[in-house]
Amino acid sequence: MSTFLGMPAHAPRGVGNLRGDEPFPAAARTALANQQLRRNLQHATTTIRGKSGRVIAEVPDWQELRSAGSALKTYTMANLPRLLEQLEEKVTAAGGVVHWAADAEEANRIVTGLIRETGEQRVIKIKSMATQEIGLNEALEAAGIEPVETDLAELIVQLGHDKPSHILVPAIHRNRAEIREIFLREMPGVDPDLTDNPPELAAAARRYLRETFLSTKVAVSGANFGIAETGTLAVVESEGNGRMCLTLPDTLITVMGIEKVVPAWQDLEVFLQLLPRASTGERMNPYTSMWTGVTPGDGPQNFHLVLLDNGRTAVLADEVGRSALHCIRCSACLNVCPVYERTGGHAYGSVYPGPIGAVLSPQLTGVEDNASLPYASSLCGACFDACPVKIDIPSILVHLRNQAPHPRTEKAAMAAAAYTMDRPRLYQRAQRAFKLAKLVGRRGKGLPPPLNGWAASRDLPAPPEESFRDWWRGR
Amino acid sequence: MRIALFATCLADTMFPAAAKATVQLLERLGHEVVFPLEQTCCGQMHVNTGYQSQALPLVRRYVRTFEPCDVVVAPSGSCVGSIRHQHAMVARQAGDEGLATAAEAVAGRTYELSELLIDVLGVEDVGAYYPHRVTYHPTCHSLRVLRVGDRPLRLLRNVRGLDLVELPAAEQCCGFGGTFAVKNADTSSAMLADKMRHVLETGADVCTAGDASCLMHIGGGLSRSRAGVRTVHLAEILASTAVAA
Repeated sequence: MSTFLGMPAHAPRGVGNLRGDEPFPAAARTALANQQLRRNLQHATTTIRGKSGRVIAEVPDWQELRSAGSALKTYTMANLPRLLEQLEEKVTAAGGVVHWAADAEEANRIVTGLIRETGEQRVIKIKSMATQEIGLNEALEAAGIEPVETDLAELIVQLGHDKPSHILVPAIHRNRAEIREIFLREMPGVDPDLTDNPPELAAAARRYLRETFLSTKVAVSGANFGIAETGTLAVVESEGNGRMCLTLPDTLITVMGIEKVVPAWQDLEVFLQLLPRASTGERMNPYTSMWTGVTPGDGPQNFHLVLLDNGRTAVLADEVGRSALHCIRCSACLNVCPVYERTGGHAYGSVYPGPIGAVLSPQLTGVEDNASLPYASSLCGACFDACPVKIDIPSILVHLRNQAPHPRTEKAAMAAAAYTMDRPRLYQRAQRAFKLAKLVGRRGKGLPPPLNGWAASRDLPAPPEESFRDWWRGR
Repeated sequence: MRIALFATCLADTMFPAAAKATVQLLERLGHEVVFPLEQTCCGQMHVNTGYQSQALPLVRRYVRTFEPCDVVVAPSGSCVGSIRHQHAMVARQAGDEGLATAAEAVAGRTYELSELLIDVLGVEDVGAYYPHRVTYHPTCHSLRVLRVGDRPLRLLRNVRGLDLVELPAAEQCCGFGGTFAVKNADTSSAMLADKMRHVLETGADVCTAGDASCLMHIGGGLSRSRAGVRTVHLAEILASTAVAA
């Protein structure tokens, strides 16, 4: 153990996908102008909201399950060091090798090194947020190793040299015509007569992936859960590509965020009910794969578990913000968010978009590196209601806004407002002066930024003849 | 009953009709309304924009002003939401446990208008008359912070002459969100565009809600697009009678 030298580190700059190129309002403006994107998102999120709502309504103890999930996560965060060491011990005893990665760079270095040791030039990958977060694909490519995404949507994103825009449905921003073009341009051995009929597109991916599964000896995965009690790792998925990756290769490398540990096997009873219903709107996900270390003669004979921090310990240090680590990556908050539904995921810059991204990304990077994200919400509260582990996202957003750097003019305006509001006589004089607002007219002509943003699409209210308190005094 | 009115800074300054209607309604129902002049703002704008320490004097002012009152009403789900869910937190994070305890006590006696009418005064039919086609936008903080549920709709259903039409996708945010509307003006406008489309689909003459802030937003958009639909605060509809209408 190293000596404690102050606050835990944030995710380093220059590696990984937690920071965008421009602030949210600017990126959102571009996204909002894309009618195709908005139609796709509206259709997809409405469909999944309906589906998820129906299967959640079937569960009589859904609220109790949410509370149980929340309590289990709270317990886990309070006991994280002990649970992680227990996980390490059990994985090691079962024949696996555990590596600790402080940040994205170290994790990428460990995984690259392990693949190099096998002498292989290509790896198959299961959809994993952790490896997207650390930019593992970019690191592997730089080291001359070819990563092949095997989840259909991740494959579309990868072949399109694109970025995922949704935690669960990473290619939600693409339509079938675009997918056909990407496949024709990028997929090795694709049939040139491919149409944009979805079953045909899926079959093309299936043919390509099947050959890759059978000829690749190393796989990289993430993990939905790591059970401390038994050293068992779990991945839930829908397509069966994960099962292929977890069973066919000789070597399996799993990158898991340290917050994904759960205390006991029995805890899955709660999470495996919550996750599929909240995320895909299924009663149960089609594939749940679990493995414990190495089993001679069955499955990968070399298993490595990379435990990733990359800013998580810093999040854990914040009493209010730490519950963002409870997230089980279901994406229910994205699907109900009125902001996400209109801007899509790319506007958030980070690989974690939507409400959970707006509280997680700034905490992982330090809020100054994602200062616009805590403001990328109207605080409508739909995310809190939808979260299967009851993360109070609006409260964390407000908490992070309090830490974010503020523009100078805004600071001055807020200070002046607070000063006035605490002095009723001054406040009353300001109310009377407010009638001068008539000068700018209802269209707000000549208003300075950011107030002109209001007036661009909304009339200003006509100032009343007298304030309520003047009326009250005169009655 | 003697009821203290917290007008909210927005209604006091910009939408006095909503606060006046609250007074007229409660007086018509036989209650005494008082308006302590020391009141200003609940401080929500400061808390939600990231200036929590500046909200502390406003929290203290609210608590001090309304501490002597048995019942407080505000014509705003959002401001009552802030009083109930943020005031004690602001005091506690500033290390003022005494203020936090007092804030919790006052918040426990502070009600949004529909809560006051139904839960405290036990009245669903306030004897109002309002002969218009009306649609109701539930507002996020009334809906998800206060959980007022169908209380406003129960009140509206008892208004004579009123034709209540259901708003499609009613539970989606209108895009106001306080300073969100200017800090993320484009996204806010996109949300508003969909809300206005749904309001127009109902064919209503009037869109109502329990919050002057959301109505200012929806009304600002409807006015800009010359849609002809007016926004009217719930209190004004409930205060309206055959004579006044």
